[in-house]
Amino acid sequence: MADAARQAIEAVWRIESARLVAGLARMSGDVGVAEDLAQDALVAALESWPRSGVPDNPGAWLMATAKNRAIDLIRRRRTFERKQEELAREVGMRFAMDRADFDAALDDEVGDDLLGLMFTCCHPLLSPEARVALTLRLLGGLTTAEIARAFLVGEATVAQRLVRAKRALRDARAPFEVPGGEELRARLPSVLEVIYLVFNEGYAASVGEDWIRPALCEEALRLGRILAELAPEEPEAHGLIALLEIQASRLPARLGPDREPVLLLDQDRGRWDPLLIGRGLRALERAEGLRGPLGPYGVQAAIAACHARAATAEETDWVRIAALYDVLARLTPSPVVELNRAVALTHAFGPEAGLELLDRIAAEPALRDYHLLPSVRGDVLARLGRQREAGVEFERAAEMAGNSRERRLLLARATNARNMIDQSPLAEGGEGEHGREQPT
Amino acid sequence: MRFMMFMYPEISEEDWSPSAEDVAEMSRYNEELRKAGLLLSLDGLHPPGEGARVSFDSDGGSTVTDGPFSEAKEVVGGYWLIQARSKDEAVEWAKRVPGRACTVEVRRVFEMEDFPEDVQAAAEEA
Repeated sequence: MADAARQAIEAVWRIESARLVAGLARMSGDVGVAEDLAQDALVAALESWPRSGVPDNPGAWLMATAKNRAIDLIRRRRTFERKQEELAREVGMRFAMDRADFDAALDDEVGDDLLGLMFTCCHPLLSPEARVALTLRLLGGLTTAEIARAFLVGEATVAQRLVRAKRALRDARAPFEVPGGEELRARLPSVLEVIYLVFNEGYAASVGEDWIRPALCEEALRLGRILAELAPEEPEAHGLIALLEIQASRLPARLGPDREPVLLLDQDRGRWDPLLIGRGLRALERAEGLRGPLGPYGVQAAIAACHARAATAEETDWVRIAALYDVLARLTPSPVVELNRAVALTHAFGPEAGLELLDRIAAEPALRDYHLLPSVRGDVLARLGRQREAGVEFERAAEMAGNSRERRLLLARATNARNMIDQSPLAEGGEGEHGREQPT
Repeated sequence: MRFMMFMYPEISEEDWSPSAEDVAEMSRYNEELRKAGLLLSLDGLHPPGEGARVSFDSDGGSTVTDGPFSEAKEVVGGYWLIQARSKDEAVEWAKRVPGRACTVEVRRVFEMEDFPEDVQAAAEEA
C-alpha cells in the first residue's frame, strides 16, 4: 500500500514538477529557490499522501504547499538586513497576489512559465552540458542519479554541474522570463540544441539495453513537442520536432538481430514507425507553412522526410536531397555537411560529381581523423571501378574507425573491392547520409 | 513506452453522440495531453451498431455479423495513444480524464524488445 502510494506520488511528480518549478521560478525569480521549494512540497506529499490519499488536484496541492514554505522562508528572513527585507516583502507580495488554485491560472500563463523555464535552463551563459543537466532535472523531473546514468558520468559530477549552473544564473541575475520577439529568436537555438543533444544521447547509443537510453529519446520528443506548442510561430521549433519524430521512427529498424547497427539504406522500412513518420511530416508541413525559409533543423527534417517518404531505398529522391544539402551547407557550412552532400551528389548525379566534392574537402583539418571520409571515398571510387584505390581507402577508414564492428565491416569492404566485387550501396546510417552530423 | 487508454462509456447507442459541453470538456483534456508532449494519437468511434464483427471459429473460418448487436457488452468508445514513463504515469493521466459513468482502461503497448527472440525473428522474416 505504501509502495503504491509512493509510486502514485512519483507519477504525479513526473507530471507536475516542471509546471510547479516553472510557476515558483516566475514568482521567486530564481530557479534554485524554486527547485528547493518544489522539493519541500514533494517531501510534504510523501509524508501526507500515503495517509490521506492523493488529493483530487495534486498539482494545486503541491503549489499551495510550496507557497506556504516560501512564505515561511520569507518570514524567517524578515530579521535580516533591511534591503533583504524589502526584497522579501516584494517576493511575498508577488506570492500573495498569486492565486493558490494553480489550475485556475490562465493556460497561457502556465505555458509562459514553462517556456520561461526552458529558456532559463538553456541560458546561453551556461555550457551545453550544464544546460542539458538543468533541463533534464527541472523540465524532465529526472533525478541526479538518472542524469548521471544517462550521460555515463558520476553522480557527483552532475550534482556539481547543477549547483554551478544555478549559481551562475543567480550571479548573472538572469531574469526568469520568456524573451520577447527578436531576442526569443536569438536565444531559441540554445534551447533547440539542448533538446537535440538529449535526443542524440539516447539515439547514438547502440549498446546497452539500459532503459534510460530510449527514455532519453522519449524525453527529448516530449520536450520538443512542448516547445513546438509553446512557440508555434517559430519554424525551427517545428523543424526540430519534425526531425526528431522522423529519426525516432527508425529506432525499431536501427539494430539487426545481433544488435549490430543497420545502415539507413539497408534498414527494413516495414519496421519504421508510421505513426512517428506521420507526426514528423505534419510537423515539417507546419514549419514550411510559416513565414520565412526553413532553418537548419527544418532542412535536416526535410532530408529525413525524403527518406521517410521513399517506400524502398531505390525510390529515394536523391536530387531533392542533394539540393537540400546544398541549402544546409549554406546555412551551416561544415565539412561534415559537405561530406553528406558528396554522398547525395553521388546518388543523384553519379560518382564523378561526388568525387569532385570529396577532392575539394580532402584536406579539411576537421575531417583528418574522421573515418567516414575515406569510407565514403572508397565507396565512390568503387563505383567508378577504381577498386584498387577503393580498397586502400576502406583500409584507411578501418584503421580510423572507433568501434570494432565498423572496423570489420570496412575491412570486409576492402576485401570486396580487392576482389572486384562491388555491389554494396553507399555506407549510410543515422541522419546524415552516412553518419550523423551536429548542426551548429 | 507507450500506453493505450481505452474509453468504455456506459451509455446506450441512442445517447452515443456526446453533447457540445462534453466535447468541450474532453477537448480541454486532450489539449492538456498535447501540451504535455505526450499525446501521440486519439480517436473517437462511431457506435458499435454501425459497425460489424468478424468472428473466426477454431478452424479459422470467418463469420460476419453486422450491428446492432443484441448483447450489451463493454464497448470501446474511443482511445488515446500516449507516451509515458511508467504505468503509474499513464494511470495518473487516465485519472484526469473528465469522465462520468465510464471506464478508462490503461494498457501498455508491446514493443519488439518485449517479445522473446524467436518471435522477434519471426517478425524479422515477414
